[in-house]
Amino acid sequence: MTRLIDRRTGLFLAALALATLAAPLVLPTHLIPLMGKYLCYALLAVALDLCWGYAGILSLGHGAFFALGGYAMGMHLMREIGARGVYANPDLPDFMVFLGYDHLPWFWWGFASFPYAALMALVVPGLLAFVFGWFAFRSRVSGVYLSIITQALTYALLLAFFRNEMGFGGNNGLTDFREVLGFSLSAPATRLALFGLSAAALAGCLILARAIVTSKAGKVLVAVRDAESRTRFLGYRVEGYSVFVFTVSAMMAGLAGALYVPQVGIINPGEFAPANSIEIVVWVALGGRGTLVGAALGALVVVALKSWLTATFPDLWLFALGGLFILVTLALPNGLLGLAARFARPRPRAEVSA
Amino acid sequence: MTPPAIGATRAAAQLYLDGVSRSFDGFKAINGLSLAVQPGELRAVIGPNGAGKTTMMDIITGKTRPDAGVVLWNGDTDLTRLDEAAVARLGIGRKFQKPTVFETHSVEDNLRLALKAPRGVLATLLHRRTADEDARVTALLEQIRLAPQRQDQAANLSHGQKQWLEIGMLLAQDPALLLIDEPAAGMTDAETMETAALLKSIAGARTVIVVEHDMDFVRALNCRVTVLHQGAVLAEGSLDHVSARADVIDVYLGR
Ligand SMILES: Nc1ncnc2c1ncn2[C@@H]1O[C@H](COP(=O)(O)OP(=O)(O)O)[C@@H](O)[C@H]1O
Ligand SMILES: [Mg+2]
Repeated sequence: MTRLIDRRTGLFLAALALATLAAPLVLPTHLIPLMGKYLCYALLAVALDLCWGYAGILSLGHGAFFALGGYAMGMHLMREIGARGVYANPDLPDFMVFLGYDHLPWFWWGFASFPYAALMALVVPGLLAFVFGWFAFRSRVSGVYLSIITQALTYALLLAFFRNEMGFGGNNGLTDFREVLGFSLSAPATRLALFGLSAAALAGCLILARAIVTSKAGKVLVAVRDAESRTRFLGYRVEGYSVFVFTVSAMMAGLAGALYVPQVGIINPGEFAPANSIEIVVWVALGGRGTLVGAALGALVVVALKSWLTATFPDLWLFALGGLFILVTLALPNGLLGLAARFARPRPRAEVSA
Repeated sequence: MTPPAIGATRAAAQLYLDGVSRSFDGFKAINGLSLAVQPGELRAVIGPNGAGKTTMMDIITGKTRPDAGVVLWNGDTDLTRLDEAAVARLGIGRKFQKPTVFETHSVEDNLRLALKAPRGVLATLLHRRTADEDARVTALLEQIRLAPQRQDQAANLSHGQKQWLEIGMLLAQDPALLLIDEPAAGMTDAETMETAALLKSIAGARTVIVVEHDMDFVRALNCRVTVLHQGAVLAEGSLDHVSARADVIDVYLGR
């Protein structure tokens, strides 16, 4: 029987707790939001691994769910600015005044409430994934076709959110946030709290994902990945399982986006860029598909590498990303965790076939 | 209804096919196929490659929709309106021509997933193992002779062992009808005979339809044989009866 917290999950959670407690002591405060951002990416990677690594659903649009969660939180932060914006309009965010809106669009209603916005950060990505998955999986779209339409989904949202008429700040997105729940976003204590929340969200979602994959439902998901028709002929409605895991995964991605936005201080349509979604896949592949912990580690490694490369050799990043992708595909089919397992044991028991 | 000129009457049959046709791009893979099988019967279906044996199973199990014809379960349930999962839940289990098991799961988990139990997402999310399930898995492992491989990954089984595991997964579903497509493929002579004995022991309590090429295997089953040719029934009866017929020898046995 598979344990909820296996050895590597336990190790990871312990290391995460330790690092979260140590970070404020060893890092300057201005780096704390950066670390918090990394943890959000790690959470996003766990979300993708849940549906790709276990159910075989290779989503190339998970950046969209992340961005939608981010927009939901960003909308709340815009509303919290209130009358302190440049135009001092208590009812409308600055960009709406600038664009000549005379009233708040209906889809902005309620976002002044934090609980409502937090709920929307989960519900909107979840609902989109549910509806999208319902149609795709019921029509038995799978494999590369599914990947392509998820990529098209995020691209369509990119184009839509770029338009000023959409009412989400167009090209510039949402920014100039001041406070969350009355706490200044630039205050060290707020930054620490957001960082701590990101760590807690990562740990919580990791445990939730473990609970799913170690349940009988998780074994059905792997069964679908390994032999979909066999699963159907055993009487399982495969589409129900696929929609379920895709939706849960999208909600986790939305949560990651909602925690990301107050720490980076901006959300704009660039988050919907197809390349972002592909990068998530690289994180998971590099860390080790179907391992959850590996996905989180993969995100941390690649994102740290990206931070360093874009600072030292700004032109090199895309080549490095491409090179990494090829390296993982050819040399590390089970990712870094697979490599570690190969060194740890003479004959590893491969959990995932490429 | 016209009385069928086939094994059992519509009312008595557990599985009843009449005038079933299906073409692919103009090619008639199944062409006016009629077949009736009674509860508890063991039936062998033989026929040359491309005769439509696998397609017939696809139609019974909801994978392929026929263009025309009747497919009835227990005289009243129209199988052509159901999807694979619904047909499986009626108690119709199917073994594929190419052995198909969950390669990255253990042998034990393969059987656990197949055990008759609620199939919904919520039910499996909240599922807890029971002593009764453990006992059923242990009994099945004994029956398919994979008890020593209980914890092994299914990917590491031999071809013949995978065939048996898949039969075990069918049995775990506690089906009323088993459709078994070429079980002896890739088996040694000894394994083939053991498989025939296993299927004979299963029949009676359940209905078993076996597609097979291996004539020694079919002889060992010692049951009624249906010969399929170009998507229709060419002959039906005992193996001695059908193998004496000139048309059967022509299309199949005399190759
Ligand atoms: N999904 C399909 N699409 C196109 N042709 C098919 C399909 N399924 C079966 N056929 C064709 O139907 C014929 C019967 O195939 P099959 O039922 O597999 O025969 P058998 O199992 O008796 O060897 C073959 O010519 C095969 O190519
Ligand atoms: Mg066949």
